[in-house]
Amino acid sequence: MHIAIIGNGISGITAARYIRKLSEHKITVISSESDHFFSRTALMYIYMGHMRFEDTKPYEDWFWEKNRINLKKGFVKKVNHQDNEILFTKGEKMKYDKLILATGSASNKFGWPGQDLEAVHGMYSLQDLEAMEKYSEGLKCAVIVGGGLIGIEMAEMFHSRNIPVTFLVRETDFWNGVLPIEESKMVGRHISENHIDLQLATELKEIVDDGNGKACAVITSKGERIECGFVGLTAGVHPNIDFLKDSEIEIQRGIVVNDFLETNIPNIYAIGDCAQMQNPKPGRRPVEAIWYTGRMMGETVAYNVCGKKVAYDPGIWFNSAKFFEIEYQVYGTVLAKMADNHEAVYWEHADGRKSIRVIFDKNTEEIVGFNLMGVRFRHEVCEKWLKEKTIVEVVLQDLAIANFDPEFYKSHEHEVLNIYNQKSGKNLTPKKKRGWTQAFNFLNS
Amino acid sequence: MKLIKNIGLTLFILALTIFVASLTLSNHTLTEDVLSKNVPNQYHQEMIKQQAEDLMGKEFGSNVAFINAIKPVLNNSLEALDKASGVDRANGIWNAIPEKLPEGVSENDYRMFPNTVDDYLFSLTKYSANGLLPGNSNWFFLLSFILAALGGLMYLLPDLNLIPGIKNNQIYDSPATRGITFQARMIFLGMTILASVIMIVFKYLLIGILTIVAGLFIIYKIQKTNKENKVSFAKTRKVTATKGLGWIGISFGIFLVLFYISLYFFPEYITNWTLMLDPVSESLSGNSAGRWFLYGFLYTMVMFVMGIRMLIKYRHNNYQLVRTGSVMFFQTAFAFLIPEFLLRLNQPYMDFKNAWPLDYDFFFEIDKMYGQGTEFAIAGWATSVGTMMFIWGIVLTLVVVPFFTYYFGKRWYCSWVCGCGGLAETLGDPYRQLSDKSLTAWKYERYIIHGVLVFAIVMTGMVIYTYQTGSSNILFFDSYNVRSWYGFFIGSMFSGIVGTGFYPLMGNRVWCRFGCPLAALMGLVQRFQSRFRITTNGGQCISCGNCSTYCEMGIDVRAYAQRGQNVVRASCVGCGICAAVCPRGVLRLENGTIDIDNRVTELKTVHVKSISVTNGEFSLEGNEV
Ligand SMILES: Cc1cc2nc3c(=O)[nH]c(=O)nc-3n(C[C@H](O)[C@H](O)[C@H](O)COP(=O)(O)OP(=O)(O)OC[C@H]3O[C@@H](n4cnc5c(N)ncnc54)[C@H](O)[C@@H]3O)c2cc1C
Ligand code: SF4
Ligand code: SF4
Repeated sequence: MHIAIIGNGISGITAARYIRKLSEHKITVISSESDHFFSRTALMYIYMGHMRFEDTKPYEDWFWEKNRINLKKGFVKKVNHQDNEILFTKGEKMKYDKLILATGSASNKFGWPGQDLEAVHGMYSLQDLEAMEKYSEGLKCAVIVGGGLIGIEMAEMFHSRNIPVTFLVRETDFWNGVLPIEESKMVGRHISENHIDLQLATELKEIVDDGNGKACAVITSKGERIECGFVGLTAGVHPNIDFLKDSEIEIQRGIVVNDFLETNIPNIYAIGDCAQMQNPKPGRRPVEAIWYTGRMMGETVAYNVCGKKVAYDPGIWFNSAKFFEIEYQVYGTVLAKMADNHEAVYWEHADGRKSIRVIFDKNTEEIVGFNLMGVRFRHEVCEKWLKEKTIVEVVLQDLAIANFDPEFYKSHEHEVLNIYNQKSGKNLTPKKKRGWTQAFNFLNS
Repeated sequence: MKLIKNIGLTLFILALTIFVASLTLSNHTLTEDVLSKNVPNQYHQEMIKQQAEDLMGKEFGSNVAFINAIKPVLNNSLEALDKASGVDRANGIWNAIPEKLPEGVSENDYRMFPNTVDDYLFSLTKYSANGLLPGNSNWFFLLSFILAALGGLMYLLPDLNLIPGIKNNQIYDSPATRGITFQARMIFLGMTILASVIMIVFKYLLIGILTIVAGLFIIYKIQKTNKENKVSFAKTRKVTATKGLGWIGISFGIFLVLFYISLYFFPEYITNWTLMLDPVSESLSGNSAGRWFLYGFLYTMVMFVMGIRMLIKYRHNNYQLVRTGSVMFFQTAFAFLIPEFLLRLNQPYMDFKNAWPLDYDFFFEIDKMYGQGTEFAIAGWATSVGTMMFIWGIVLTLVVVPFFTYYFGKRWYCSWVCGCGGLAETLGDPYRQLSDKSLTAWKYERYIIHGVLVFAIVMTGMVIYTYQTGSSNILFFDSYNVRSWYGFFIGSMFSGIVGTGFYPLMGNRVWCRFGCPLAALMGLVQRFQSRFRITTNGGQCISCGNCSTYCEMGIDVRAYAQRGQNVVRASCVGCGICAAVCPRGVLRLENGTIDIDNRVTELKTVHVKSISVTNGEFSLEGNEV
């Protein structure tokens, strides 16, 4: 059986690896972006000079041949599912028995005037990075539009080269659609303390042409004109599925798939950023464009392709990011606007760059989520608490076993407990100590 | 801020220039006074005086000219004394004939030996110096050593104004830290080894230097053709612009290599540096400064300044602060000050933290500890400081090292105590990303380091055998020869010239990773029976590769992290940098007994647990991918 995979990102590659683990089917991974799998999440580090492109490849180049995973560079322009065939831009054709679509995302453009000028770019692909590099030479000022995770990474990239940045963010506080207000304010402060000109509640109205087809300034919704040599468009991403428009594969926002990651066409599957779940799990979005879900889908689809039905179950939500120097982790349900039946215990460090938020259900006292800034928590411990719906007081007393900060770091779990004590008038005391042994015992209890 | 940094850098470069130039700023004149002070042995003194008749009182414009003149004199003196005492190598007479020696004088007191020649060459060159530098050595001390340290600090301290966090910006853009290609690295390595061997065998500095220069020329040629073919030279950021050759790194590497070669094999050319350090040395041990004092002083000073850099860079990370403080302390106290004080108290020199087989001389220095010629004897233990040291050395090696490694992993030594590790973690920190992460490198690493371990064990065994039996021939080898080969290839070439000289080319732990026999030994303990491991945080890894890039031991940490597997590797020195640079908080260095035998079995990112696959046909152990 020949399995073709379009897309060599984390989802496509994970699928290929697991198919190889499970079977001896012929596997071909197709991409138009790069010869080998690299880590998209590390793009910024290449620009910042922390790493070379080579260093972002999770597997050495010999890996693919050794594991009999064929790699093909080329852009697929059409899928002829009647003939089990895909068509490349260069006119080539390829037969498949099963096809996995793992084509990722593309940067959003909302029809702004001037969005297609030169020196206007998103930040998604290697090609985008090359463009950033090209325009960075002698760049005096950059404007970034859209305050999400990629926007802040772009800001950090320019900042690392001392290029002044103006950051236009539509929301009234940074990423406040996702972060609770305190955390959102914290990130905003941190952006400003890095000398980024953060303009909240400001949208892009127009990108100005310098007369030669290149951007030279932007005009904001507040009517201000900001001169700049580069405009970064980072207002989110959407599934990269333009090439499927005329096919019979069902498409809404993304490629619609059922629980087994199958599309409406037999033998065609979709995973990763480009897939849209028909029946998302409660509390989950139909399209989740993140690394971890791509990886889980890749693993799941391998079983389904190899004839073993396994339903996709992303488990308890988790995610992480880094805002300049502040690391962020989230486990479980943490909403920007807390649900009415939820309550939070929130502790923030005096330096304003660290916080711990523990959210629980007021009525049942069950734990529902953790939000961490500048503090690391143990994934499995949090997951187990959340899965088992542990009572918040137990969690708070044992909180130390969740701590994952390096040794000798000051721990703050007791301060979180104190806040809870003050609120509830109780006098609970910490019960466990930080460290592997206690965590291990808990995980295996 | 920028201004202060630039002034600091300028002062540092100025001081470095003065430091290097100071080697040439002396005239040399051999006088009776110099001779009698530096050659107290009356037979040697008279003979040298006789042989050096033409040189006495003559002024030489440079140390090179002086050395060229005095070297044959010393060699001739050796020959002449040998002849006078009846040694006749041509006819197989290797030892003095007692009747020919003056009444009551032993052979050792009468004859000169090659190492006596070396000692005289050094001290005569050093103290025959006069002129600008020798006359103002205190000023030069301030203008080189102290000014360099101050300049360095001025360059570093303004970073305190930055927001604390991981700052590795432009490390791969800077010609100082971007490294060179694999190809160029291997040429450089080969040329350095060739040059050193040539220099030692022919005892000739110039040929060696020419070899190194030839190597450089080849690298330059390759770079040029590569550039013409539009291939990025440093195999660097293929995607983004290529910014040229790592020339500062290469120059720094050459400087270090030359420094080590002169230190080990041509110390007479760097006597002016020791001249500047005499006052410091005298105040500590009461002795004048020899080359090892120079080395110790420089080492400690460099570790201090670069240690401060480390403390500033990682001031948000307590593990790094404590660990860096610890290596700085052990270097200053244990490696530098205590041995000097011991000398002051007329006790044997000893670095109490050096365990066998890193301290490969340990078992041969029994002599030194007991005083010349004493047999290794168990009797008389408690009375001698030497015995105490000897026992401590054995306890350290056999008990403390394995025990601590079981509890904490080898990090307790490699990145908390060890001097080599300490220099690597301070001076070497800007180069940690240059270690090779490939599987091939790992394969070579295991062969080489375990090879050195076997070499060290065999050599030590032979030496002990010789002590016990008095016979130095084992099979076809002479144990003294084996020992000096080890000293040359492993002790000098590997740990010094390549180990440190190659920081800017192959990463800061070349020695620790490929060569250190103690690390190999502790690595075995760590791999098979230790509480230490690096745990990974569930499924949080985004495969970005920061951890692997900044692992100085060339461990592909990401390969483990992205599978959610704990890292248990013989080579990990527990520096904690992988955990520090990880942008997602995925790694933590931990100790724990509870799962000691299956520290690595679980793969936490396996999402589809076998339970959810109802039909049992599938097993994940099928293919290794
Ligand atoms: C800068 C940046 C930082 C990020 N950081 C994080 C993070 O910290 N954490 C996190 O969880 N997520 C992060 N993400 C999101 C994460 O990278 C994506 O969710 C993930 O890479 C998606 O993987 P994928 O395999 O679905 O698709 P992709 O990685 O996008 O791979 C799809 C590949 O398919 C190719 N392709 C598409 N169409 C065709 C075609 N027709 N023919 C041939 N080839 C085609 C594309 O060129 C691309 O190479 C980040 C994204 C970016 C851009
Ligand atoms: S694995 Fe981590 S702790 Fe171990 S040597 Fe490498 S960087 Fe240091
Ligand atoms: S462990 Fe951390 S640094 Fe290493 S690849 Fe994963 S996310 Fe990146």
